[in-house]
Amino acid sequence: MNERIRKLREQSLSAKPSISLERARLLTSFYADGQADGTSTPVARAMALSHILSHKEICINDGELIVGERGPSPKATPTYPEICIHSEEDFTILNSREKITFNVGEADRQVQRDEFIPFWTGRSMREKIFASMSDVWIAAYRAGVFTEFQEQRAPGHTVLDDKIYHKGFLDFQDEIKRSLERLDPATGSEAQAKKEQLTAMHIAADALIHYAERHAGRLDQLAVTEVNLDRRAELEAMAANCRRVPAHAPKSFWQALQYYWFVHLGVITELNTWDSFNPGRLDQHLYPFYRREIAEGTLTDQRARELLQSFWIKFNNQPAPPKVGVTAQESNTYTDFCLINLGGVKPSGENAANELTYMILDVIEEMRLLQPSSMVQISKKSPDRLLHHALKIIKTGYGQPSLFNTDAIIPEMLRQGKDLIDARNGGASGCVETGAFGKESYILTGYFNLTKVLEITLHNGVDPQTGKQIGIATGDPSEFTYFDELFAAFRLQLKHFIDIKIDGNRIIERLWAKHLPAPFLSLLIDDCIANGRDYNDGGARYNTSYIQGVGLGSVTDCLTAIKYHVFEQRTFDMNELLAALDSDFAGYETMQKQLRHQTPKYGNDDDYADDIMRRVFESYFLLIDGRPNTKGGHFRINLLPTTCHVYFGRVIGAMPDGRPAGEPLSEGISPVQGADRRGPTAVLKSAAKIDHLRTGGTLLNQKFTPQMLESDENLKKLGHLIRAYFTMDGHHIQFNVVSAETLRQAQERPDDYRDLIVRVAGYSDYFVDLGVDLQNEIIRRTEQGVG
Amino acid sequence: MTRRGIIFNIKRYAIHDGPGIRTTVFLKGCPLDCWWCHNPEGRNTDPECFGQDTGRDCLIGREVSVEAVFHEVCRDSVFYDQSGGGVTFSGGEPMMQIGFLEDVLTACRREGMHTALDTCGYAPTEDFARIAGLVDLFLYDIKLMDSDLHRKYTGVPNHLILENLHYLSGNGNRILARLPLIPEVTDTDENIAAVAEFMAQNKALREISLLPFNTLGRDKFRRFHLPDRMGTPRELSPERIERLTESFHQRGIAVGTGG
Ligand code: SF4
Repeated sequence: MNERIRKLREQSLSAKPSISLERARLLTSFYADGQADGTSTPVARAMALSHILSHKEICINDGELIVGERGPSPKATPTYPEICIHSEEDFTILNSREKITFNVGEADRQVQRDEFIPFWTGRSMREKIFASMSDVWIAAYRAGVFTEFQEQRAPGHTVLDDKIYHKGFLDFQDEIKRSLERLDPATGSEAQAKKEQLTAMHIAADALIHYAERHAGRLDQLAVTEVNLDRRAELEAMAANCRRVPAHAPKSFWQALQYYWFVHLGVITELNTWDSFNPGRLDQHLYPFYRREIAEGTLTDQRARELLQSFWIKFNNQPAPPKVGVTAQESNTYTDFCLINLGGVKPSGENAANELTYMILDVIEEMRLLQPSSMVQISKKSPDRLLHHALKIIKTGYGQPSLFNTDAIIPEMLRQGKDLIDARNGGASGCVETGAFGKESYILTGYFNLTKVLEITLHNGVDPQTGKQIGIATGDPSEFTYFDELFAAFRLQLKHFIDIKIDGNRIIERLWAKHLPAPFLSLLIDDCIANGRDYNDGGARYNTSYIQGVGLGSVTDCLTAIKYHVFEQRTFDMNELLAALDSDFAGYETMQKQLRHQTPKYGNDDDYADDIMRRVFESYFLLIDGRPNTKGGHFRINLLPTTCHVYFGRVIGAMPDGRPAGEPLSEGISPVQGADRRGPTAVLKSAAKIDHLRTGGTLLNQKFTPQMLESDENLKKLGHLIRAYFTMDGHHIQFNVVSAETLRQAQERPDDYRDLIVRVAGYSDYFVDLGVDLQNEIIRRTEQGVG
Repeated sequence: MTRRGIIFNIKRYAIHDGPGIRTTVFLKGCPLDCWWCHNPEGRNTDPECFGQDTGRDCLIGREVSVEAVFHEVCRDSVFYDQSGGGVTFSGGEPMMQIGFLEDVLTACRREGMHTALDTCGYAPTEDFARIAGLVDLFLYDIKLMDSDLHRKYTGVPNHLILENLHYLSGNGNRILARLPLIPEVTDTDENIAAVAEFMAQNKALREISLLPFNTLGRDKFRRFHLPDRMGTPRELSPERIERLTESFHQRGIAVGTGG
């Protein structure tokens, strides 16, 4: 990398994340001054965004080529009090906690206390949600049966397609005009609602155009005083870029990147969308610009690379907005889950990888930044060279890119009723979630704790951690004669909690649609403009609500152990087992050993355990898939944990797989940590027994020690391993390439290992920033074989 | 298929025992007694108990049917197909259980599976004749060219081993020679030159793997309370491996390491 990029990268790495109250201040004054009075909610939201973008500080960092920061400076992170309000204590914790800290100034803490907390209390979405939930929902939520994403982050989770590279925001406004013309006044209130929505979108489009113009103005000023002539020319070109985009379609590679970046800032300023927005199939979107400009001689490879590197740094400058309250512990990371997609297939179905794909891979390798994340889609048509190139980067131990199976992603979408071309243009985002980019709102609604449901089943509906009856009475398990009775009870309990979760989600969807529409995001996702409907209200072409199952490996091993030892081998009876669990195995160490080491386990290609996994999967799938949400779409499942398996483990006592109370659960679709003893092919075979095509994504983590990947030959074999997994319809796989020894050293001497990035779940993170539980778990995850 | 054999391990995702992703089946029993043996638990033909092992199940070796082994190796077919891999029989010395080996090889072959045999070469030539047509690749150990030294370090002279090598190579079998680099035993200049010369004279032997000595065996001697005759051998420097490799290259023989 050149000197410019080196400096910008250094600035990004050394900037301390901080809380910026700029957005909160502008938003509060907008509403407090009565500017929203008398307007409809969508229009008020659009005006609020416009107010923020017109008044927020413009930040242009020295030497940069792509401009725009969400806060007043790199890593200055806003709050979203209309969604959730950070308490004074939250701020204190953020400022002082050891990991994932955010600096909060003393003055800011006071303003928060004296102005923002009083103003927003009673108005925030979080309060509305909790006030609307049933008692059973609250009880299940408190017990850790499920989490709820939308209680503090907006239902984002969508990715952009190629539309902005052909159209400017003025074109979107034309579309809005046409949509307004089509409104049928006879439909009365419906037409009125659409009119308000479309007007709001129009205002939101203006807001971003104006925001870009403000940057142009500042760049002009900087150019005038710039003494370095090269830089002056750059500043002038950048000002011209900001006048061109987003108003008009971009003409150059550079403008395309700048355009996306403004759009990104618009989305993440409007709301704190869960799983921040991302450009999706970047190598595809940029390729036409690249080709044309290289041919015309207006772009060099070197310049293209530099621009991409600048773009990468912009992502790294935007940490995920910190959470409030209890969930601050659940998912702690600066990562905002922007997953850039590379490779895959074209809309015509051909292999899509091009020169730019490889260039971007090189950028990823060289930049080694936490954000954005990256992935490569591998289809059967992808050349081995692409896979090999990706593996070479993975091998360096930085945890990126992850690998996805295009030939699973597409049928997953077809099964959900999507168009083939939309599916080919899609990919995966966030951790692993499948989506039709630019056309779908695919909301993650919360993690679901499968193992907790079994714990409650084993106690006849009572949560043993609190002694409260939160489930239904499904019978005293010691009276069951057959394993199938236990499974039936588990299934009933599962249905009970899934119903609660879905009922809650349907209410929450309405709250967002009513109180916090997203007119800006709606501009970008088909067919919100054509439908005159908001993204949060079913305006998108496809509307999917996911519930993410967590702990499939753990719950499988627990059920397997009970079937094997209690009902078949009769090693001990149910009462003994329950007594052992209640005492956290104190005095039952032999039993714990048997449960751990002399029991079939998921992840070993052993059908005894894997068949039970299939049964759990089927139950979970059938209880959720296809149930309607309130946006014209359906509930679907996927299987991923982010870091929630740690939190979910903490709320569960000792379990029949031999796991002591409080320990993390298995993550993603991986086997229980240390339970897989037959090497990677066995793990992949077990994992492939899941019907991936009926999910919207599964997450499989594999850890390799570097020795396994030393030679090119071994790397090729790893490539074959992945291809075989994908042949069996596996959705995703990612690798941690580190030795346990290294990780232990990192734990002991964190200061020496601050740069060590490991794959956590659907993303990578700095090892030393992880909590000690998670650190230990990563160390424990089985190291696959020795060289 | 009723024959039964004794195996002591089945390793999946074996990536050092031939082409592609493989499953390696370890058959028990070996006629040699190499000082550096890395699988000392595989030498005896019968299952045996290595008592003081960490308290886990101490019995090493189990009796299995041909069908059971075949079933187990079929589990990773999808990986073999993808990688051009297959099954490798190792040990111990698989030729010690020739009947069982022949039956399993026949079963694998019937499925079109790629088969490899890791052998020390010390078995009746007629036994090799029985299985030669069932094996796609021989991983054939050449240890010491001096028969007296061979006898000293492995317990047997090397005539039969070299004879069988001639037999197999003369009949068009694919052979990958493997030479364990035992410091000061097999890695001497004289031995390396002799091996290289021997191979140079046989047009069917164009490839050798040099297997650097590892301390796995010593670790096992300690665990299983077996005498350690090796002591602490000196390290094999990369420069030295480079030099040894050169001796083969000079004679037109390709060299791999570790595989
Ligand atoms: S031939 Fe192999 S198994 Fe037999 S003693 Fe020598 S090293 Fe051990």
